[in-house]
Amino acid sequence: MSLANPLRQVLGAGPSRSGVHHWWVQRLTSLALVPLSVWFVVSILSLPGLDHGTVSTWMGQAWTALLLVLFVLTAAWHSKLGLQVIVEDYVHGAGAKTLLLVLSAFIHVLAAAAAVFAVLKVAFGGGA
Amino acid sequence: MPSRPLSPHLGVYKFKYTLTTSILNRFTGVILSVGFLALCFWLMAVGEGAAAQARAQRICSALPMKLLYLGLIFAFSYHLLAGIRHLVWDTGVGLERSQSRSSAWLLGVASVVLTLVIAWVLWGRAP
Repeated sequence: MSLANPLRQVLGAGPSRSGVHHWWVQRLTSLALVPLSVWFVVSILSLPGLDHGTVSTWMGQAWTALLLVLFVLTAAWHSKLGLQVIVEDYVHGAGAKTLLLVLSAFIHVLAAAAAVFAVLKVAFGGGA
Repeated sequence: MPSRPLSPHLGVYKFKYTLTTSILNRFTGVILSVGFLALCFWLMAVGEGAAAQARAQRICSALPMKLLYLGLIFAFSYHLLAGIRHLVWDTGVGLERSQSRSSAWLLGVASVVLTLVIAWVLWGRAP
C-alpha cells in the first residue's frame, strides 16, 4: 500500500488536469473557423479573377491580410489537433505514433509560418 | 504491446448513420488538412510574384484537378456543417435520438447543396 495520497499518485501519470485542454482548444478553433473559413471562401468566390494583380491587391488590404493570417494560424492549429487525435486513435505502435505526431507538428508549423510570411510580404508591398 | 481491446475499432460496429456522419467528419477533416497545405503553397506562390503564381495556377488548373477541387469543396462544406452540428451538441441541444437523426439527414442534404452552390459560383459563371 502506498502512503502517497490519491491525488499524488495520479498527477503526472496521464492527462491529469490537461485532458480537457485539447478538447477545449479544438472547440475554440472550430468556433473561430466558422466565420473565418466562410469569409475566405466568399472572398475568393467574389474576386473578379485569380490573376496575380487581382489577388495581390486584395491581399494588400489591411483587413484581408489580417483575416488571412488569422485564418491560416487557426486552421493550422485546428488541423494539427484533429490529425493528432486520428493518429492517437488509429496508429498503435509507439514509435510510429510519436514519429507521425512530430512530423505533423513540424509540417503544420512550417506551412503556417511560410504562408503567414507570404501574406505579410504582399501586404507590406514586397510582392513584385 | 499487450493485446487489449482497441477502441475505436472500425470492424465491429453495425453500419449506422451515427457511424457514417462521424467517420465522414474525420475523413473530410483529413482532406482539409491536405487542402490547408495546398492553400499555404498557393499563398507562398502569390508571395513569390506573378510568374510563380501563374506557374502554380497552371499546374493546379489542369482538367482532372476539377474533380479533386469538387472533393475538396465537399470536404469543406461537410466539415463546416458537421462542425456546427457538433458545436450545437456541445451546448447540450439536439442530442435526442430523433433530433440527431434529423440533423444527420439535414447535414447530408445541406452539405451536397452547399457543394453544388460553391461549384456553380466557381465554374458556372460566365468566364
